[in-house]
Amino acid sequence: MSKQRVVVIGGGLAGLSSTMKLAELGVQVDLLSLTPVKRSHSVCAQGGINSCNDQTRQLGDSEWKHLDDTVYGGDFLNHQPPVKEMAYWAPKVIDLMDRLGVPFNRTGEGFIDRRRFGGTLYKRTAFAGATTGQQLLYGLDEQVRRQEALGNVRKFEFWDFLGPIQDETGRCRGAVAQDLVSMEIRAFPADAVVVATGGCGLVYGRSTMSVFCNGSAASRCFQAGAKYGNAEFIQVHPTAIPGSDKLRLMSESARGEGGRVWVPRKPHDSREPDNIPTGERYYFLEDRYPEYGNLVPRDIATREIFDICVNDGLSVDSERMCVYLDLTHIPKAELDRKLGGILEIYEKFQGVDPREEPMRIFPAVHYSMGGLWADYVRSSEGGLQSGAPRNHMTNIEGLYAIGECDYHYHGANRLGANSLLSCIFTGLFTGPSIQNYISNQSGGYADVEASLLSGAVSKQQERHDNLLTGNPGSDENPYLIHQELGDIMTRAATVVRRNDQLKESIGKVDELHERIMKVNLADSGGWSNQNVIFAKSVQDMFPIAKCILKGALNRDECRGAHFKPDFQRPSLTAEDPAERRKQAEAWCDTFAENNEKYLKSTIASYDANSMQPDLTYEDVDTSLVPPRPRLYGLVGAEDIEQVWKERSGEKKDKDDTLAAT
Amino acid sequence: MIALDSAAKRPEFINVRVRRQDGPGKEPYWQLFKIPYEHELNVISVLQRIAAQAKTSDGQKVAPVTWDCGCLEEVCGSCTMVINGRVRQSCSALVDRLLEDNPDELVLEPMNKFPVVRDLMVDRQRLFRGLEKVKAWVPVDSYYNMGSGERQSQATQEQNYPLSQCMSCGCCVDSCPQYQKIELERMPNESDEDFLKRQNEAFDEAFVGPHAISQAMLFNNHPTGKAIADERMDALTDTGGIQMCGNAQNCVSVCPKEIPLTTSIGRAGRAATVHMIKKWFDK
Repeated sequence: MSKQRVVVIGGGLAGLSSTMKLAELGVQVDLLSLTPVKRSHSVCAQGGINSCNDQTRQLGDSEWKHLDDTVYGGDFLNHQPPVKEMAYWAPKVIDLMDRLGVPFNRTGEGFIDRRRFGGTLYKRTAFAGATTGQQLLYGLDEQVRRQEALGNVRKFEFWDFLGPIQDETGRCRGAVAQDLVSMEIRAFPADAVVVATGGCGLVYGRSTMSVFCNGSAASRCFQAGAKYGNAEFIQVHPTAIPGSDKLRLMSESARGEGGRVWVPRKPHDSREPDNIPTGERYYFLEDRYPEYGNLVPRDIATREIFDICVNDGLSVDSERMCVYLDLTHIPKAELDRKLGGILEIYEKFQGVDPREEPMRIFPAVHYSMGGLWADYVRSSEGGLQSGAPRNHMTNIEGLYAIGECDYHYHGANRLGANSLLSCIFTGLFTGPSIQNYISNQSGGYADVEASLLSGAVSKQQERHDNLLTGNPGSDENPYLIHQELGDIMTRAATVVRRNDQLKESIGKVDELHERIMKVNLADSGGWSNQNVIFAKSVQDMFPIAKCILKGALNRDECRGAHFKPDFQRPSLTAEDPAERRKQAEAWCDTFAENNEKYLKSTIASYDANSMQPDLTYEDVDTSLVPPRPRLYGLVGAEDIEQVWKERSGEKKDKDDTLAAT
Repeated sequence: MIALDSAAKRPEFINVRVRRQDGPGKEPYWQLFKIPYEHELNVISVLQRIAAQAKTSDGQKVAPVTWDCGCLEEVCGSCTMVINGRVRQSCSALVDRLLEDNPDELVLEPMNKFPVVRDLMVDRQRLFRGLEKVKAWVPVDSYYNMGSGERQSQATQEQNYPLSQCMSCGCCVDSCPQYQKIELERMPNESDEDFLKRQNEAFDEAFVGPHAISQAMLFNNHPTGKAIADERMDALTDTGGIQMCGNAQNCVSVCPKEIPLTTSIGRAGRAATVHMIKKWFDK
């Protein structure tokens, strides 16, 4: 029998860990990437990677609590079996990365050092300076280079994935891709295809993401019939450095190491920050969230920063919205050792030393919690069934989705330092599942009919040629349309969402979509034509942008990163205990009713004729940790919690009685 | 938010002179672009604006300039080019700073030591071939769960981490007098595999470069990485190895990550001497 062959699309943490594991299992891998894999966007991840560890365990932590924090932080939209499996694998993932040579920071005794991240009270986060993603990626890149030298992996760098190849039964039999240098379009027959292409931040124009993160690969699968889940859940990171080409991330680890967020109490106070006395500074996160302080989950920190600037008018600058992120009280040597990488970025791009002067930061689009819908098989212990072929398979048979471009793990809001974990975990965990799937198939990659391959290539060649020469009279410019799209999306679908604005934006985006299909290119050449590649990727941003807007419009609630002020549940106002209790009861009633309606994944499928997504809703597996109100900082949280506990207790007693009879 | 000298006059337009080349083996030529001045531009945003307008300063419609970029925060290594005569990352090249040095124009050129693919885009495969040659990896047994790695002192971590920040951008080799450009032309009817093989042989004959030497030192300092230290030293003492270094020290001065490359080269030199003597005695 010929060897098994898998095409992996994307060379970030997920794609590389998948490639490495498959190669170990004896599967040949063709690894396709828009860029040399060592330059993938994972390098931008700064803060760290989470796991329960020996130290936190002795303070009462466990894998179960990691699961609990993750689903509570994600407002219960996470699928719990995959999250459970991930949390239990987490310590093993970090051990493996340690063995691969990742230079994690060390304690004095030589153990892996940990810091605290948002949404948890434990120090779970292992880190390598402030370039943890880069260091993890390099560890995997080196192993994949080693597998390449052994002849187990072929890399195709500077190749653009154009779509899956499906046979008459719908099964995925390979991928079509284009060489970005020679412009050659080629078919890559395979037994299975793994999409590990990350997020879609470029749909928003500028974000914290790299230029490769345009969502086009996921969109091409979506347009080929794959379902897309929870598109509207886009994480806006609280702290980024505004820039004209990019919004550069300022890691959560800055707060994890003690960074404090504040604004002057006097609007646009013109004094230098160190001349403003403590009493005249407003540490609004610490003030409003005494338990978590500066380390509330990201969606909350983002809204508070947005709110303090937009609604309270307390932005540090009058011309540009920003707040202070202050590290100046921490000794310089410690800052350099633990945060050097990110402080250098600030210094280089802003020309100000953040060790001396507080940084000025503002939220920016950062991560897509949603992504391609993919299946999983629940084990009897509530985790995932190891080796089950359906784990992470999309609804297109033989097409897998892992990493940021899947949709299971982070629910409505991702916790910091969980993304690196989910990427590496899904890459490693799915190896045996993919191999088992292949072993159960009768025809392999070598048996794919030549006509199927050539048909797929010529379809893409036609699209390419039409773009180059199809619209001679048009003056539509892909760069300008991309800017317009980014502006619309940033205004309508980031921190605060309103239905009137969403409706209006859907109309505008529909119109832009039609315009981008008639784009006229400044370069019609056949060699390293970035113009046509970019135009294609912008065209393919539209189906995803539409999923985001439509999903947001239909979801009339607040959940994690999706915040609609018109549907916000109020804080408790009554002073009188009995009245307050009544309010808490009512609060819990509406909470339960809302969950009945909206505790569901949004699932989109694409209608190519109307160029619109159709939305359906899917139940979320919350069988391990029952959903409860997410109450960080809400006035009356204790009362609501009390009522909810009593109700859950009653429900449990009832269930137990039923089970006993 | 850059601390700007507000009194300094800023121009209305920025002139950007770009050395262009339509493809490998084609003649390079210069084009001048003009874009409106804005505060806080970097070279990437300048190129983005040139791409969007696709017109030279005299109004001639041209294809957008081709260039490579990725993270835009100097951690991926994609966007290396020669800016006003100096090799560096274009994302961290801030226009206001560049104008202080040369108020008339920005001059953008492709890297010198790699074959031009098109315009400012070059082919840097040779960098990665260097990493393969020196086996820059930890030779673990498997990717199964085998517990943690060895404990490591803070001092070791602090020695290794800076070396591990090398993003293969190529600044060091572009400025190295010993690193010469290798540009092979494909022969008629040569297959992809044959061409790659011939190219890799040519790469292996030539100087491996400071980045690869430094990576070899990084892995020779790792508890498990050490296991194949001799194989790395074989590579570094073979053709194109450490003996090619002419000690010009340009590499360390252009490295955007300030990696102590010459310290690595010094360590490699000493290790090479020991390695050669050991080999002589083992004969």
